Amino acid sequence: MSKFQKKGKAEMPELNTSSLPDLIFSILFFFMIVTSMREVELKVEFKVPSGTELEKLERKSLVSHIYIGKPTKDFRAKLGTQSRIQLNDKFADPSHIREFVMAERESMSERDKPFMKMSLKVDRDTQMGIVTDVKMELREAMALSVVYSATQR
Amino acid sequence: MGKRKVPGLNASSTADISFILLIFFLVTTSMDTDRGLAVRLPNPPEDNQQDPPKIRERNSMIVNVNMNNQIMVTVAKNSKEIQISELRELAKQFIANPENDPDLPELIPVELPAPFGVQPITKNHVISLQTDRATSYDTYFQVENELYGAYNDLRDELARKSFGHPYRECTEDEQLACRQYYKCVISEAEPRKYNQ
Repeated sequence: MSKFQKKGKAEMPELNTSSLPDLIFSILFFFMIVTSMREVELKVEFKVPSGTELEKLERKSLVSHIYIGKPTKDFRAKLGTQSRIQLNDKFADPSHIREFVMAERESMSERDKPFMKMSLKVDRDTQMGIVTDVKMELREAMALSVVYSATQR
Repeated sequence: MGKRKVPGLNASSTADISFILLIFFLVTTSMDTDRGLAVRLPNPPEDNQQDPPKIRERNSMIVNVNMNNQIMVTVAKNSKEIQISELRELAKQFIANPENDPDLPELIPVELPAPFGVQPITKNHVISLQTDRATSYDTYFQVENELYGAYNDLRDELARKSFGHPYRECTEDEQLACRQYYKCVISEAEPRKYNQ
């Protein structure tokens, strides 16, 4: 049994952490690849409806977002709880949509322009009135490809 | 001079640095894969619009959603209130009209791409969706979802029957043929203001 007897003071061996940075770097790269930068600061709250017949939005560069929902807490005192439209970083009226579409279209390359898509992120509890106003403006601006953003059911 | 041992670089803080980077990316990015129901809006209305082409009653299905989110469907003057779960079956019956029902859209022989050839399809059918300004967006979305779902179901059945695999796995030509067989015609009227 003497074979297993400890000789002298046993020291805890130091843990080798030299591969830890590599490990974390690979997690970092994973996240950099699968995620995309958040583009705007949301000023409206929305919970999109759920559906079954959804398509994936393939190329993010073709998609422009229009958000419709209740203003977030910070803005409620000023704007109330009525549903509002957010374009880029600002609250907007339906009349601003045409301008917004023009600007978005201008920022695209010539080849991509016909494939522009508008993604409508609308809160479930919104009334149809404001959505229809937006759709009318989109039609006027000839932005006819529309995607109603939703979650898979 | 003898060989000098080079001291190892202390790399223990690299882990911390990369942790900070990782957390930065976690905070500033979003993982959501965007999904949605893709629709195509009609062209803008023209000023000098003539009367819309007359649609025979049997060819139109009017889906009306009122301010209380109740759904009413009118086919050939028969109106009834339905639940959202019944809508898909009803729409499928209407679009396909498999029994050649005189109250459902007429079947007109149309030249379709191979392998279909000339087939009787409900070429002139129109599904018209009417909403109120006070209808909730959720209900509207569910109705749209069911209507597009009806078309997708029919195309899928057709693809399975004709090509032996689901619509998703079809080639582009096959998908196009299926889409022409069941052409999606959903028109949306301006919402009405019954009361504010």
